[in-house]
Amino acid sequence: MITLQHMLTLSGILFALAVAGIFINRKNVILLLMCIELMLLAVNFSFVSFSRFLGNLDGQVFVFFVLTVAAAESAIGLAILVVLFRERRSINVEDLDTLKG
Amino acid sequence: MLVQILFYGFSLLLIAAALGVIVTRNPVHSALCLVVAFFTSAALWLLIEAEFLAIVLVLVYVGAVMVLFLFVVMMLDINVEEVRKGFTRHAWVGWVAAFVVIAQIVGVYWFKGLGIDATVGAAPLPEGYSNTRALGEVLYTQYVYPFELAAVLLLVAIVAAIALTMRRRPGLKAQDVAKQVAVRREDRVRLVKMPAERRDEGSAP
Repeated sequence: MITLQHMLTLSGILFALAVAGIFINRKNVILLLMCIELMLLAVNFSFVSFSRFLGNLDGQVFVFFVLTVAAAESAIGLAILVVLFRERRSINVEDLDTLKG
Repeated sequence: MLVQILFYGFSLLLIAAALGVIVTRNPVHSALCLVVAFFTSAALWLLIEAEFLAIVLVLVYVGAVMVLFLFVVMMLDINVEEVRKGFTRHAWVGWVAAFVVIAQIVGVYWFKGLGIDATVGAAPLPEGYSNTRALGEVLYTQYVYPFELAAVLLLVAIVAAIALTMRRRPGLKAQDVAKQVAVRREDRVRLVKMPAERRDEGSAP
C-alpha cells in the first residue's frame, strides 16, 4: 500500500537532488534550468499526493497551473538563453558579469 | 503487492533519472534523463490515480518542454569541456545541501507529523469516478478566472518568446509587400517641365 509518507519522501529526495544539481552544475545555464524543472516536478509531486490522500481536488488544480507557468517559464528562459548565446557565444554563468555583481 | 512493486520500481527509476540529470557530462544526456524522469513521474501519478495530470505531464513536459530543451541544447554549440571545468571542486557542497534538504523535509513528517495520519493509504475512489471529469468541474466553475489568466499568461509567453528570438539580419534582401502595395504615383514618377528645343536641320540622328 502506498501511503502519503512514501510519496512525500520521494518528493523530498527529488527536490534535494535538484538542489544538489544547482550546486554541482552552477556553470551551465541549461542545466540550471533543467534542475529548476526537476524542483517544480518535486513540488508537483507533493501537491498531487496531498490532493489524493486528503481527498481534495484543489491540489491537482494547482498542479495544473504550476505546469502552465512552468511551460511559459521554460519557453521564455530558453528564448533568453538563445539570445544570450548569440551575443556572447557562451552559456557559462561566469561569463555573465556585465553588471559586476 | 503489485502496486508496491510498481511504486518502488518507478521510484528507483525516477531517482536514478534525477541523478543522471545532475551528474552526466553531456547536456543532451541530461535532457534525455529528464525525459525519463517525467515519464516515471507520470507513471507514479497514474499509480495514485491522478490520471489527468499524468497525461498532461507527458503531453506538456515530454511533448513540448523537453523537445524545446533538446532543440536548444543541440542548436547551441556548447563547449562541454569548458563548462564542466571545476565540476567536482564544489560538488561536496551540493551533496551536503541535498542531505540537509532531505533531512529537513523527511524529518518534518516522519518525526513531528503534519497533524494528519500520513501512514494510511488513500481512500478508495467511488465506482465510475472520473478524475478528468472531477477536475474539469472544479476548473471551470471555482477556478474559471485563474484558468483564463493562465491562458493569457501562455499568450504573453508566446509573444515574449517570439519577440526575444526574432532578429533582423543586416543585408538580407527581402521584399516588403506592404510597402510595395502602399507606394503612390508621386513617390515614383516625377514630371519635369522643360522648354521645347529646336532640332537643327541636317544634324538629325
